[in-house]
Amino acid sequence: MKVPYACGSQEHLLARRGFLGTVAAGAGAVVGGLNVFSESQAMAELASEQKRVVVFNMHGGLSQLESWDPKPGTDTGGPFRAIPTSVPGIHISELLPLTAQQMQHLCLVRGVNTSEDDHGKGAYMMLHGRRQTPASDYPTLGAVVARTVTPADPSLPGHIVVTPGGSGGRGNDAAYLGPRYSSITLGNGQPPQNTERPGALTPESDAARHDFRRKINERFLNRRRTAVADAYAYSYEQALSLMQKREIFDVSKEPAADLERYGTHDFGRMTLLARRLLENDISFVQVSHSNYDTHNENFNFHLEQVAEFDRSFSAFVADIAARGMLDSTLIVVLSEFGRTPNINQYYGRDHWSRAWSVVMAGSRVARGAAYGKTNANGTAVEDGQVDHANLFHTYLQAVAVDSSNSFDINGRELPFADPSSHGIPEILT
Amino acid sequence: MPLDIKQAAVANDWAHDRPLTCCRFDRQYRYVFCGAQDAGLHRFQLSDGAKTTFNGGHETWIRALTSTLDGNQMLSGGADGKLAWWDVAAADASAKPIRVIDAHKGWIRCLDTHSGGTLIASAGNDGMVRLWNAADGALVREFKAHDRDIYCVAFHPNGEFVFSGDLMGQLKQWKVETGELVREFDAKELHSYNGGQQVDFGGVRGIAVSPDGKFLAAGGLHKATNPLGAVHEPLVQLFEWESAKLAKSQVADDIKQGVLWRLQYLADGTLMGVDGGGNGGFLIFWNSEGEKDIHRFKLPNLARDMDLSPDGLHVATAHYDKHVRITRLGPA
Repeated sequence: MKVPYACGSQEHLLARRGFLGTVAAGAGAVVGGLNVFSESQAMAELASEQKRVVVFNMHGGLSQLESWDPKPGTDTGGPFRAIPTSVPGIHISELLPLTAQQMQHLCLVRGVNTSEDDHGKGAYMMLHGRRQTPASDYPTLGAVVARTVTPADPSLPGHIVVTPGGSGGRGNDAAYLGPRYSSITLGNGQPPQNTERPGALTPESDAARHDFRRKINERFLNRRRTAVADAYAYSYEQALSLMQKREIFDVSKEPAADLERYGTHDFGRMTLLARRLLENDISFVQVSHSNYDTHNENFNFHLEQVAEFDRSFSAFVADIAARGMLDSTLIVVLSEFGRTPNINQYYGRDHWSRAWSVVMAGSRVARGAAYGKTNANGTAVEDGQVDHANLFHTYLQAVAVDSSNSFDINGRELPFADPSSHGIPEILT
Repeated sequence: MPLDIKQAAVANDWAHDRPLTCCRFDRQYRYVFCGAQDAGLHRFQLSDGAKTTFNGGHETWIRALTSTLDGNQMLSGGADGKLAWWDVAAADASAKPIRVIDAHKGWIRCLDTHSGGTLIASAGNDGMVRLWNAADGALVREFKAHDRDIYCVAFHPNGEFVFSGDLMGQLKQWKVETGELVREFDAKELHSYNGGQQVDFGGVRGIAVSPDGKFLAAGGLHKATNPLGAVHEPLVQLFEWESAKLAKSQVADDIKQGVLWRLQYLADGTLMGVDGGGNGGFLIFWNSEGEKDIHRFKLPNLARDMDLSPDGLHVATAHYDKHVRITRLGPA
């Protein structure tokens, strides 16, 4: 659908300039960009209920053998045992005792084969649903969800990435969708940068300058309404809204007992923040947990890391379910790849993309299920093999987006997901 | 055979079918027992290398072994938290453990036998130190020793104290009789936190008291510039016993990828550490005078554990390449 302006081509031109993808001067907040004027075709396909997606990115490559697909007693199994879960017949690693009690909500996808053992390339594939090529770049899942699922003209950004460390700011991950759908990073779970009114500026002065800006804008728009001008106006207003709702990003407003349940470590705090963001209708939140690139002492590090994850993730899933949000929220646990079944000389596991696992929950995803199967010692997929593109389609379909649809970017049809692939109907209800 | 570390050589080399995790001689010096990346206990007869595998004690890997003082029984601690007693001289592989108890929640990482022979110490990921009656398996004493995983536990040869060391480099001295904390040694140099990788790493992996009682040595690693990539160097923290002050940080130049898995003193007061890492496997030797090693013996493969024979002249080493090797510390 074309924008309702005569100068539609400006949209693309200005998106490339990206002038609104950074801090909006004056308002000082990181907010939207261009390509914001059209009503996406996808919006018409939305379910009446607001959908949300949360991705837990197990940075570095979580071992499937120490998590979702244990192989105890085999040459590759490692020292940890498998434990039963709340779903009879499904066992996971003993490192996930709390998550095991939430299995009735989860769907294990155990036959993932992405055939890419490079960190950067693997991460790109898992978050974009396609291989990166020199000739093209694609929007991340977060950007696609923000574009297709977020209501029109939201007061808050639809694409948030919560990472350990980092200074915050706007990502460059929306490709042709434009900076409006790029991620805003909450470095170490802190609120976006520059979202506090400068101390030297009184509320009255601040309100007066915004009133002045609006009047000037209005006068200008009455005579020369353009996409560019509207974009400017929208950016400022969203920035102002974000500043007014800054508390949404402040996890300290959550009850202390909840933080205790989630774990007082960084990942616990960031996972609780994800819950807070989703409850405030942010469409897409990605939380990273670092670091699983365990070439050395894989078992010691997984003891340390997975224990953190187990506590936070299990509390999160239980809360989303208890609050009635599971039907509208897709939860995904992914990595760039898994880890080798072979245990190396350092008690480590290396990169392995041929047979590993992703976990989903919520929305249209089947619950209490395990799809796909690896062989006895986890070296190959035996049944239900899927790849990054299948998963990407499935994520979108799970939140009621027709993944075969396309974006209209200045007259070019650009598919939501890899058009040569498809979703996994067996795990969608 | 006189003790002469500079004439060290591998005397025997026997293979299993999985990488090994740990090894101990029985105190009568008839066998060497090994844990491996499987659930079995593997016995190699020293006279001819004959291997017998015993099952039924553990559900998963054995991480720790210790012989009773009389050499009649071997104890194994597993990643399943179980502690098993075995008849050292069992006739064949059908033998089952004498007893198996649920000793810890999570891994047992280390075992040691009291110099009086009556007690066994165990420690593991639950932060507990437990003392067991060696004869009947009864729990004698237990205490919460650490908040994080305990990597090493060792009795003082005088029998009065037991030491525990954890992931965070905390090294504590306890009274055996009461379980009372006596004091702590500052071994935090053996711990590292990598902010980029967001991991705690290192820990006290070996503890030994010098024969003259003047030094307490703690071993592990430092300079962990890439913990997840196995880039770290072996390190000994040598403490004065009386003052508990650090006497020396002992290193091994040019070993850029290694960790000390265990420390033991030789009869002449030489400290021996077994090292394994990207640079291979080594027996490394220090005296109390210097910071640098006085000798190192290159093993054929990366080592993960060692044990000094009762006569003090042979060392068993457990290797990643599935072999257990016996190295003599002197001329043939």
